[in-house]
Amino acid sequence: MALLSVEHLSVHFHTREGVVRAVDGVSFSVEPGEVLGIVGESGSGKSVACYSLLGLIPMPPGRIESGRAEFDGIDLLSLSEKQLRRIRGRRISMVFQDPMTSLNPYMRIGDQLVESLRQHHRVDKKAARERAILSLEEVGIREARQRIDNYPHEFSGGMRQRVMVAMALITEPELLIADEPTTALDVTVQAQILDLIKEIQRRRNLTVVFISHDLGVVAGLADHILVMKSGQVVEAGPPKQIFRAPQHPYTRQLIEAIPTSAKSAVGTLEDTPLLDVRELYTAFPVYRGMFFPREVSRVEAVKSVSLSVRKGEILGLVGESGSGKSTLGRSIMRLVDSQSGEVWLDGKSLSALRKGELKRARRDFQMIFQDPYASLNPRMTVFDTLAEPLLLHGLAERGNLREEINQLMDDVGLDRRSVRKYPHEFSGGQRQRVAIARALAVRPRLIVADEPVSALDVTIQAQILDLLLALTQRHGLTMLFISHDLAVVRYLCDRVAVMRQGELVEQGETEAVFSHPQHPYTRDLLDAIPSVDFGTESAQ
Amino acid sequence: MAQPETAPERSPELSGQALESGSSLWHDAFVRLRRNRLAMMSLVFLVALVLVALATPWLAPYSYEEQDLALGASAPSAEHWLGTDTLGRDLLTRIMYGTRVSLMVGFIATAVALGIGVLWGTTAGFLGGRVDMVMMRLVDVLYALPFAIFVVLLTVIFGSSLLLLFLAIGAVEWLTMARIVRGQVLGLRRQEFIEAAISLGLSRWSIITRHLIPNALGPIIVYTTLTIPSVILLESFLSFLGLGVQAPQSSWGSLISDGVDTMEEYPWLLIFPGLTLAVALFALNFLGDGLRDALDPRVSKD
Repeated sequence: MALLSVEHLSVHFHTREGVVRAVDGVSFSVEPGEVLGIVGESGSGKSVACYSLLGLIPMPPGRIESGRAEFDGIDLLSLSEKQLRRIRGRRISMVFQDPMTSLNPYMRIGDQLVESLRQHHRVDKKAARERAILSLEEVGIREARQRIDNYPHEFSGGMRQRVMVAMALITEPELLIADEPTTALDVTVQAQILDLIKEIQRRRNLTVVFISHDLGVVAGLADHILVMKSGQVVEAGPPKQIFRAPQHPYTRQLIEAIPTSAKSAVGTLEDTPLLDVRELYTAFPVYRGMFFPREVSRVEAVKSVSLSVRKGEILGLVGESGSGKSTLGRSIMRLVDSQSGEVWLDGKSLSALRKGELKRARRDFQMIFQDPYASLNPRMTVFDTLAEPLLLHGLAERGNLREEINQLMDDVGLDRRSVRKYPHEFSGGQRQRVAIARALAVRPRLIVADEPVSALDVTIQAQILDLLLALTQRHGLTMLFISHDLAVVRYLCDRVAVMRQGELVEQGETEAVFSHPQHPYTRDLLDAIPSVDFGTESAQ
Repeated sequence: MAQPETAPERSPELSGQALESGSSLWHDAFVRLRRNRLAMMSLVFLVALVLVALATPWLAPYSYEEQDLALGASAPSAEHWLGTDTLGRDLLTRIMYGTRVSLMVGFIATAVALGIGVLWGTTAGFLGGRVDMVMMRLVDVLYALPFAIFVVLLTVIFGSSLLLLFLAIGAVEWLTMARIVRGQVLGLRRQEFIEAAISLGLSRWSIITRHLIPNALGPIIVYTTLTIPSVILLESFLSFLGLGVQAPQSSWGSLISDGVDTMEEYPWLLIFPGLTLAVALFALNFLGDGLRDALDPRVSKD
């Protein structure tokens, strides 16, 4: 008998703009000891479907319109809040995406573990503490007896997620709901956490519902996959079947959006470098003292890095968070000051420029940022956003401004009629198109793109990557593409540079690096990519 | 929730007009403000109040210093619509003259505080580092100065004048504004759209005026609508200390504090000035809220 079975569940949100059918007639069931993966993009209703079972969605505006949900013979949807509380955390536990915000920063982790245990079981404090230490050991935290009295900030992101898993499992639940538990983590750490969940699931014969936007991650873990789109299940089946013979066009789209193919060589590149970075060193001084601050230490983000990018080339800069790759990008952009080293753009030194000269020279190098929600001024229309650089650098006059802006809109595939809209009226992908148009407005020669697709849904990500590829070819652009996602880099870049702890550990032609990585760290990174190997057309 | 790829259509009014120049933020804000009936009524009321204040010397039924000691305090009547005070002066006249002083103090002193505070706060927050530290320590020092002593010192040195009143009020009110704005700017400065503006080669001045201040407007407007009433009441306190207006001249603040003394015998001396102040402040707050919403494109347009 299924441990959890959901039939025709519909959850609607009644907002001022109208009814949003977040979950629209969803049915699924999970057998004991099975792992169910729910895959979908943001807004597909995958999280709402699970949260609503436990009364964890805001009601109102949310409302469960219809459906049944049975957990071990209990009708979940008819329970009162009080009865639900006895199930939540005790028989069904959750692990959330962001371990930074889901742990209380002012409480020792031991106290948080003990609290969640004693909430549901009659255990005295001492025994609870022993149980907490055991469960920390189970999730692979070494020296748990000492670490138990630490605060969340004293752990790294991956360790915090382990603590979250320990907290979810300490009450020995029958069902674990994991909502994007590895999305906020670095690739190598993500691989470790996935292994941990897999291992614990097997050891305890735990039932798991694993929610993710990443088909690749789910494929390696789940016995059964549910693909959701706009509140509905469009396809369900075991991973092999989903990958080998996807039925629904949307599933096919998702699988195709996983960038597996490598970039085909685009003609022959000139040998002259457009961007030349020589022994660039950027550190952030740490000051102490209220009235006469002194530098007490410095955080070295970029330690003497040299690299060059040839004209028309896309160089991928790869590394995990904290590797200094973003700081390197910002140092090249002169958004942060470097202590030493030089940046040459087309034979001219950017490092030697004075303020006024620098402002004029900025025309030649532009940046595309990660978060399209933060990189556009929310109080400026698209028209104003695009007009600003055009007017500033004298690339348009009042007379032909509208024409120039229309041209830009066409270039990035946006509707001309939406120039009077504000950023919040666009979706994430459209916003990133606006940001790209702004960077292109000044007709730059170099573009530094800092994780430009990592905040986007997979299918949108594929569209933006193709747009970037098309634009670099059409305008003869050179690009430094910063990313943590190796698959994306392989799809887009001619060459790769791998960064770790402020230093370049390896660089070379993309295919060479991927097939014969020289540095052990590069090998670790490549091994951490969740492999999708079910013999799909694209993987062969 | 779900963000569909096709965003909702805008109302034709906002999208139809072609604005090739200037900032569309202010234009769109004005269009939105016009649809807010409460805010528009408040605006009309405040404009009327200013006009009455300007025309008071010609409109007022009596002279502000004309006393009728024989009449004394009298309740509202046909001759004196709002009654008279203990010295037999017409209350309506005194409120009308008081409006001149109070509005002037309220608007000018707040404008001074707003101007200095916003510029100081944005500069400190945007430049950061040592500049920020020095600028904000100065604010702390001024904060620590006891206000009453500061005012008494001013009066002793310069004597009493309206100009000094603005100076004294402006000197304290901008401090809080500067702190609020600096906090806002510190948060905004790390946003990527500011980095994008720097990357485009924009000057610091353009970044501050076009990107930083418009995004800090919400708290600035709310705090401004809070500052105006506190300034109007502060004026009566300063008048009490001898800085500002002296009888027979009047202001809302001084009328109210006089009214409080005789509240039990002659309640109208408190009620009418109090009512005037209250209605004016309501109007200010409605207008402030309307402006804040109008200037934020994210607020739903209907």
